[in-house]
Amino acid sequence: MLAKRIIPCLDVTAGRVVKGVSFVQLRDAGDPVEIARRYDEQGADELTFLDITASSDDRGILFRIIEQVAEQVFIPLTVGGGVRKVEDVRNLLNAGADKVSINTSAVLNPQLVADAAGRYGSQCIVVAIDAKQAAPGKWEVFTHGGRKATGLDAVAWAKHMQALGAGEILLTSMDRDGQKTGFDLALTRAVTDALEIPVIASGGAGTLQHLADGVKLGGADAVLAASIFHYGEYTVQQAKQFMAQQGIEVRL
Amino acid sequence: MDIAVVDYGMGNLRSVQQALRAVAPGASIAVTGDPLVVAQAARVVFPGQGAMPDCMRELEARGLRAAVLQAARGKPFLGICIGLQMLFERSAEGNIPGLGILPGKVVRFAGDLRDVQGNKLKVPHMGWNQVRRIEQPASPQGDATITPSPSGGGLGRGNALPLPNPLPRSEGAVAASTVGGSPKVDEHPLWAGIEQDARFYFVHSYYVQPQDAALVQATSDYPQPFACAVARDNLFAVQFHPEKSQSAGLTLLRNFVNWNPV
Repeated sequence: MLAKRIIPCLDVTAGRVVKGVSFVQLRDAGDPVEIARRYDEQGADELTFLDITASSDDRGILFRIIEQVAEQVFIPLTVGGGVRKVEDVRNLLNAGADKVSINTSAVLNPQLVADAAGRYGSQCIVVAIDAKQAAPGKWEVFTHGGRKATGLDAVAWAKHMQALGAGEILLTSMDRDGQKTGFDLALTRAVTDALEIPVIASGGAGTLQHLADGVKLGGADAVLAASIFHYGEYTVQQAKQFMAQQGIEVRL
Repeated sequence: MDIAVVDYGMGNLRSVQQALRAVAPGASIAVTGDPLVVAQAARVVFPGQGAMPDCMRELEARGLRAAVLQAARGKPFLGICIGLQMLFERSAEGNIPGLGILPGKVVRFAGDLRDVQGNKLKVPHMGWNQVRRIEQPASPQGDATITPSPSGGGLGRGNALPLPNPLPRSEGAVAASTVGGSPKVDEHPLWAGIEQDARFYFVHSYYVQPQDAALVQATSDYPQPFACAVARDNLFAVQFHPEKSQSAGLTLLRNFVNWNPV
């Protein structure tokens, strides 16, 4: 049976892994290559790197990080942040990424998703959606690291991205990000039920129960978390054992 | 050249190259679109991602068809993902012919798949799934029926894999052996050191339906069993991505680079 995936997320800026609360207040969490290796040893199913500043200076650093990780870690690597052109997708894939995550640029230029999926295949195109609750059962898409409202409905937007060729959706609740109060399960459920492609729940995992809930209650195909792994609260292995005890199929 | 990774311009082959480098540090490895290099390499890895019609078109456009056919028939050859699918006669993806090295076709997962609990199964089939090796009887006259799995979901149940007129297994694919004079279940050398039901990383929406059950080396369930590894003589091909399947994947690649089929 297909396993539900646990994906540690590494937010990278200036060559370091950092973590914020609701997209601000950054705290240093260490060296990305070292952290990636640790999570691989613990049994992470994939790794996601988000270049959260995506400045041109940092770009070179990010490429070197991805290259180094790809030489040592043989699980799927997703990289996102600052992807604006098909060429950016190509460069990240060439550096060793297996999937590229597109967020703001998908909103500014949806054709990018279609072009990138057409050129490299849907399997390597992840569309990241940052969503904030607007009303009960309604979520709005934000871009630019959560700073810009778009007026787009998150569920409708996810369906549109699927239609254009996205292979997977990385769905982050801005309300929950870094809060450790659990995923927005209603948001996760609404999006996953509307789609045929896999959905990764993100934003808010603070306990192992939250991870299990993302799968069991939210219906997510994968769960993404940062803080609970970065600061040594739990290992990926512990998270998997906990999920297995809850009857969730995982790769142990 | 020890190992040629066939590059026909469809996506990124760096992962495959890196993983081969990790398991064969002393080997010369070329990621190449040159038919001559493919023809002269001792071993060939044939990866693929994206859509099969694009892959076939690019393979033809680069003049690689003949070199790939020749390699698939004569030297240790490992197909991965679309590199498995292209070996078959026909694909439902774009309704196009494949290379036709192996009899059978490539079909898409049905819509609205559900698991036993009634949860929706997404397409693409993406993530880590268990690979159940088929126990191959040692005798070439052996019955080619696929051994049903103890976990349920045996092949007899679904229609995922039609198995008409199984042919006798070719000698080269499986090393025959006996223990204490009694017939022993044989295992393809590429599975050495890999546990039954080990998990490998998959990402695909289409899967192969070989016509010849004897070719099937392993199946995976989604939710019906489908063939995820096939072998014949010098050829081995998998639907999953060994280069992204951590230790199990690296073991399979290491077995491939050390494999000397008869």
